Amino acid sequence: MSQPNRDQAVAALREKCVELRVDILEMLAEAGSGHPGGSLSAIDLLTALFDHKLRHDPKRPDWPDRDRFILSKGHGVPALYVTLAQRGYFDRALLPTLRKLGSPLQGHPVRGTAPGIEACTGSLGQGLSIALGMALAAKLDKKEWRVYVMLGDGEIQEGQIWEAAMAAGKYGLDNLVAILDYNKVQTGVVAEVMPLEPIVEKWAADGWSVRRIDGHDYGQILDAYDWADARDGKPKMIVADTIKGKGVSFMEGQAKWHGVAPTKEECKAAVAEVRSRAGRSS
Amino acid sequence: MTQAQADKVKPKATRQAFGEALLELGGKYLDVVVLDADLSKSTKSELFAAKYPNRFFEMGIAEQNMIGTAAGLALSGKTAFCCSFACFVAGRLETIRISVAYSDANVKIIGTHAGVGIGEDGYSQMGLEDLGLMRGLAGMQVFQPADDIEAAQIVDYMCRTHGPMYMRLTRQNVPRVHASDYKLQVGKLDVLAEGRDIAIFATGGTVAHALGAREKLAGEGVDAAVVNVPTIKPMDAYGVQAWAARVPVIVTVEDHNVIGGMGTAIAEVVAEHGGGGARVRRHGIHDTFGESGSPEALYEKFELDTAGIVKAVRGAIKKR
Repeated sequence: MSQPNRDQAVAALREKCVELRVDILEMLAEAGSGHPGGSLSAIDLLTALFDHKLRHDPKRPDWPDRDRFILSKGHGVPALYVTLAQRGYFDRALLPTLRKLGSPLQGHPVRGTAPGIEACTGSLGQGLSIALGMALAAKLDKKEWRVYVMLGDGEIQEGQIWEAAMAAGKYGLDNLVAILDYNKVQTGVVAEVMPLEPIVEKWAADGWSVRRIDGHDYGQILDAYDWADARDGKPKMIVADTIKGKGVSFMEGQAKWHGVAPTKEECKAAVAEVRSRAGRSS
Repeated sequence: MTQAQADKVKPKATRQAFGEALLELGGKYLDVVVLDADLSKSTKSELFAAKYPNRFFEMGIAEQNMIGTAAGLALSGKTAFCCSFACFVAGRLETIRISVAYSDANVKIIGTHAGVGIGEDGYSQMGLEDLGLMRGLAGMQVFQPADDIEAAQIVDYMCRTHGPMYMRLTRQNVPRVHASDYKLQVGKLDVLAEGRDIAIFATGGTVAHALGAREKLAGEGVDAAVVNVPTIKPMDAYGVQAWAARVPVIVTVEDHNVIGGMGTAIAEVVAEHGGGGARVRRHGIHDTFGESGSPEALYEKFELDTAGIVKAVRGAIKKR
């Protein structure tokens, strides 16, 4: 991407993510339950991926040569639903049905419900292995498509993640890109619950190329996605430093907002703040 | 081939029959991929690995990741067999639950080293709860072959049929109980011998012993039927009800905990549908652990050999 185009892309993402944050807050308030903190930390990374990197066709979610995206940290699915809706996978009108009986928008991702959901996740630690299997299938069939998978920071306390990390290194899967939403908070502070550092060194030790970025800086995100294109025989890990609840001051960095939805009143205040920070009136 | 001829075929472990069948079918079903967790010499997936190295994935001693990787391959169009000991693979229940069953992934889970029949290695290597675990997952089909012929046909069914499936195999050699023209009917009971007084339902490594028990019982004037149960789920509910109407007692025999296994599945049908009012006695590993010993010594101790089954049947008749 040329610099003027890159500047435009960054400006567009900044603009778009304001409204997607509003969508996340409103759908969670309507649902009355769910996980705002990890949705707001992930939305910038997701939007940049779906708008600028993923080779996909929202009208053909089963296109065999599409890039795959798996949200391994399944509780952040509101961020994925608003991303899929804004790209036209399904109608925005479905968003308020989140978590309600009969809705395709299940509380955690379920393959075969909403278009664009590639795997059943939410039982933490499983998405990377599924992504690994998909990446092996692409290699076996000599296909160009890639697999992107987003992990939560608390999630990588699961042993299965490290089994998969070893295997991806062994098979040299340079068509596999993992994005770590490192928001530092799970139901408590990650560093207190179970410290992860030195995180870059751990993934590198398993044979991954690792890049650490600010996960809310659109320029750094886009650069990292381009960096991850390299077909150099190594899987890629983007460690994205993020802020849990990003955009809403009373949620930012607060473990309380891991798994509690805002009330309608709290939502109103949060939406006003998200918009006013972006220089808009609500 | 007659039954008498079948008796002369050299006994073979069902894991060996699985490995040979997969090797053969690998050339026919090109979407088949195979994963193992550093036990391919024991599960016999090594036969496929040697012939089709690009479709075989050695995942190391990491069963959860093997299962998840198999799911990812399956969701990309492959038929993914993942192999380990029954206890190690079924023990990763949560990964199977979400990545395979809930995802309707075309993964075929192979659990070898079923039951106390593995012998000397002891309880930690014995799959004794796997049928119960796999049976409890929605959408999961569950199989246990009695001999080499049946094992090969289940592998063929797995290769050509979509869906999550589990198959349980023996380490030890088992005698052939079927004629060479046997045709497996998935989802149906397999009646090996008719009988009027009692029906012995057996599965896997105990089937041949059940046939031996039938002969002994005949000498005592008891006419026992022997019914092989290769499909544990979905259970042949009509078939079970018909037997419950024909005989007063059904004795189920398996090298598995009586809780959750084939006997439980039979008892569920009889309890719910009544049938003709037959009593079900579940014989197997009675909610305890295995231990080290020769396979023969363990089958004797846990009364899964011919003498043990005869005793169980006598007890069931007396209790009536």
